Amino acid sequence: MKWGLQDVHLTRGPNVALAGVTVPVDPGRLTVVVGGDGAGKTSCLEVLAGLAEPSSGAVYRPGLERIGYVPATVGLYADLTVQENLDFIARAYRLSARERDRKADELLQVTGLSGARHRLAGQLSGGMRRKLAVSMALLHAPELLILDEPTTGVDPVSRVELWRLIARAVADGTAVAVATTYVNEASRGACVVLLEAGAVVASGSPEEILNSVPGTLGTTQAPARPTALSWRRGASWRVWEPTGTLPAGVRPVRPDFQDAVVAATLATERAEHGRHA
Amino acid sequence: MDALAEARQVSRRFGGFTAVSAVDLRIARGEVVGLLGANGAGKTTLIRLLLGLLRPSDGSVRLFGSAPSIATRRRVGYVPQTLGLYAGLTVAENWAFTAAAFRNHGAAIPQDIRGYGDELVGSLPLGAQRQVAFAVALSHRPELLILDEPTSGVGPLGSARLWEGIRQAADGGAGALVTTHNMEEAEQCDRLVVMADGKVVATGAADEITAGRTVAEVRCADLNRAFTLLDDGGFAVQASGTTLRAVGPVTAIADSLSHGGVDATVRAVPANLEETFVAIVARPVAA
Repeated sequence: MKWGLQDVHLTRGPNVALAGVTVPVDPGRLTVVVGGDGAGKTSCLEVLAGLAEPSSGAVYRPGLERIGYVPATVGLYADLTVQENLDFIARAYRLSARERDRKADELLQVTGLSGARHRLAGQLSGGMRRKLAVSMALLHAPELLILDEPTTGVDPVSRVELWRLIARAVADGTAVAVATTYVNEASRGACVVLLEAGAVVASGSPEEILNSVPGTLGTTQAPARPTALSWRRGASWRVWEPTGTLPAGVRPVRPDFQDAVVAATLATERAEHGRHA
Repeated sequence: MDALAEARQVSRRFGGFTAVSAVDLRIARGEVVGLLGANGAGKTTLIRLLLGLLRPSDGSVRLFGSAPSIATRRRVGYVPQTLGLYAGLTVAENWAFTAAAFRNHGAAIPQDIRGYGDELVGSLPLGAQRQVAFAVALSHRPELLILDEPTSGVGPLGSARLWEGIRQAADGGAGALVTTHNMEEAEQCDRLVVMADGKVVATGAADEITAGRTVAEVRCADLNRAFTLLDDGGFAVQASGTTLRAVGPVTAIADSLSHGGVDATVRAVPANLEETFVAIVARPVAA
């Protein structure tokens, strides 16, 4: 790995925020860190961005001026217009006027914000604000782009536009790390790190995570929970048997990414219970 | 099947703006219906119409067979995205407050949240707060649940458990309307209603809505170069792990890549719900 975290531990007050987390982030590749609220996603990204100092482990990152970082609470100036926000960032990074105009025009065109240049950032919709914030982080062509939940609460149309912006940065060779709570978004990553309670539950390419589910998965329409290792998928149940065979009446089914993620999380939870028992 | 809630050709105008236009929607007992739409599509106005918080300009709304009123409100459980709990009160106090509001005195706090009883709601992790909000909304045994992104921000296992609760309520005869931007949640629903510009533009189970729609899946050694070629070529293209997914005819996409010198395998694969949704509601992206 060129950039990223290697076996990082981070404590915040009395709490262990990260317990031995490895997140590889490479040029021209997208790494997605996925997990629920409190899983440690923000901590990972803050360590990567140099905003938090780990108690142990290694952090690989370029100089701060070569990083673009957007926190979950959008980093822009509500009282400035779209253009003024971009100009401000351009001055902070000492971009030439030509470089600034070329890059700003390109980003505004890709995000569809060209028509909103002179609107105040605070008056934009949630989706437009996120697109502006990501554009601001991309203006100085960073080597490492770090985005904390850029798509949370954003409607699907704006979400697809944001992912296009992210994919363009990856295609240009930028190393990109994105945090999300949406499991289906994680499968966009070339590398996925699934976090739960500050620890890595699964990591690898989406295919690797999919292929890492041991045993067999089945589906059934039973009225009540069929086994301890069962979860709902719509009106039916998924039944997972990591070692044995599926109960009678349960039809085998190929796991999808969503199933693999739930199974990996369940397996970790069971292992923890085993240790504490 | 009994309709718990039914909107017939319902419209709502605000001045010259039509927020909801001739919408039909029906929620039956035991059914989980997903309401999808981009921001401004009219979802919130439709819910306010169903709850009786707004009157229709045209058409009719029936809740449990009658016009929405305070009496019908008692039979509805609502969990907004902001949860609607008092962060400065304990879980037990929130429970007691809601029980009093619904004249449901002495209702026992359920087992799964009893452990948090003395903790301030604001001090709990989000997953636990959502669990509490859901239990509180169910405390008066509502027949209709209205849930706004019920599992937003909750991890995979927490989401699975919340959905188990929603399904249990539906299996017990309640109906649910789930509004969401989250495609995982949408796929958990029995039936989806997709809105755009105030109108219903698609309805059916997730697999019915996506049926027949395809995207082109691209596999090749240099995904970044392929992405740039297709994106510059005006195709709507998204990166997906170790493949690309592009909207357009397979032959046109394959040609575009081979002209650019990229050796790739391109084949049509079924579109997922997000791709279908965007194709239905979005205006075509100018190349």
